[in-house]
Amino acid sequence: MNAELCLGLFTGIVFGALLQQGRVVRFENQIGAMLFRDMTIFKFMLSAILVGMIGIYLLVSFEVVALSVKAISLGGNLIGGTLFGAGWAVCGYCPGTSVAAVAEGRLHAIWAVLGMLAGAALYAEAYPWLKNSVLAWGTFGKITLPSLLGVSPWLLVPMFVMAFLGLFVLFEKKGV
Amino acid sequence: MTKPVSWRPYIAGVLAGLLAIVSVWVSTGVLGKPKYLGASTTFVRAAGLLERTVATDHVAENEYYQAKKVRVDWQFMMVLGIALGAFIAAKAGNDLHKEWVPPIWSDRFGGDGRLRAVAAFGGGLVAMFGARMAGGCPSGHGMSGLMQLSVSGFLAMAGFFGGGVLVANLVYRTKGGAK
Repeated sequence: MNAELCLGLFTGIVFGALLQQGRVVRFENQIGAMLFRDMTIFKFMLSAILVGMIGIYLLVSFEVVALSVKAISLGGNLIGGTLFGAGWAVCGYCPGTSVAAVAEGRLHAIWAVLGMLAGAALYAEAYPWLKNSVLAWGTFGKITLPSLLGVSPWLLVPMFVMAFLGLFVLFEKKGV
Repeated sequence: MTKPVSWRPYIAGVLAGLLAIVSVWVSTGVLGKPKYLGASTTFVRAAGLLERTVATDHVAENEYYQAKKVRVDWQFMMVLGIALGAFIAAKAGNDLHKEWVPPIWSDRFGGDGRLRAVAAFGGGLVAMFGARMAGGCPSGHGMSGLMQLSVSGFLAMAGFFGGGVLVANLVYRTKGGAK
């Protein structure tokens, strides 16, 4: 295995262990978030984003790393995103957590993984058509919020940190 | 506060954030390009690898497979690693659960594993189709996108959660309203 594959495997092992330890790969916790009963997955995700946001923008400020932002397509992001949400609610897992759920013994996630492979293959067939229709609706390129608003990321990062901490307090007050 | 705070998801989340930073830093240094966490493209590559065994030419000619390059790459190994890491952590923590039908599901639809299998397959199919339309999943668009304050990440997350809340409430709310 070359360096790229080794790095990927190692990163995945750590990430998988953290998803499992964070109790993110449980069906109840995934569905619980959508029913506003259990915010475990948001506590995990927003904590990761909070820390990652500070670290990534620090590294970007010192020109150590570059951002890698996905392009905007209002059609793709919003319609595709909503479709994803609908499927996610029924199968109970997102792509990353599906494989971890199988590994934790939640064997019904095997069907979700197989369904996702089928969905990917189906998408490959639909892509030539989607590319010139839905995906072409409202395309605006690779834009970050600071560049869209014309402000420094260091104005927005503290605002998001405060907002996320506020959400954490709210979750714990509500006991969800 | 009604119950003691469980710090578990916060601590795991903070560590995942640190992992994302280190991953981007190290991959930039070692590979010359930043690797942000993501998962759904790997399902495209895996589907291509499987499909190629029966329809080699079809996969080679498909525009999407060409664009995404059907091969085992960094993210592919990362997704395999996720399974391995989750297994090791579950095993070490004595937290392996053999489960064919999850409780929230059986409360609503009964314990038939076949119904659960069909729904999980169909749900997974729709979810992946949607994720590829959106250009990513909750890892790539959600975690990695929001970390970078990416506008497409916020849009996709709004779709993910909006669609999820809507359908989950239609599917799992039993008669008589919420518990």
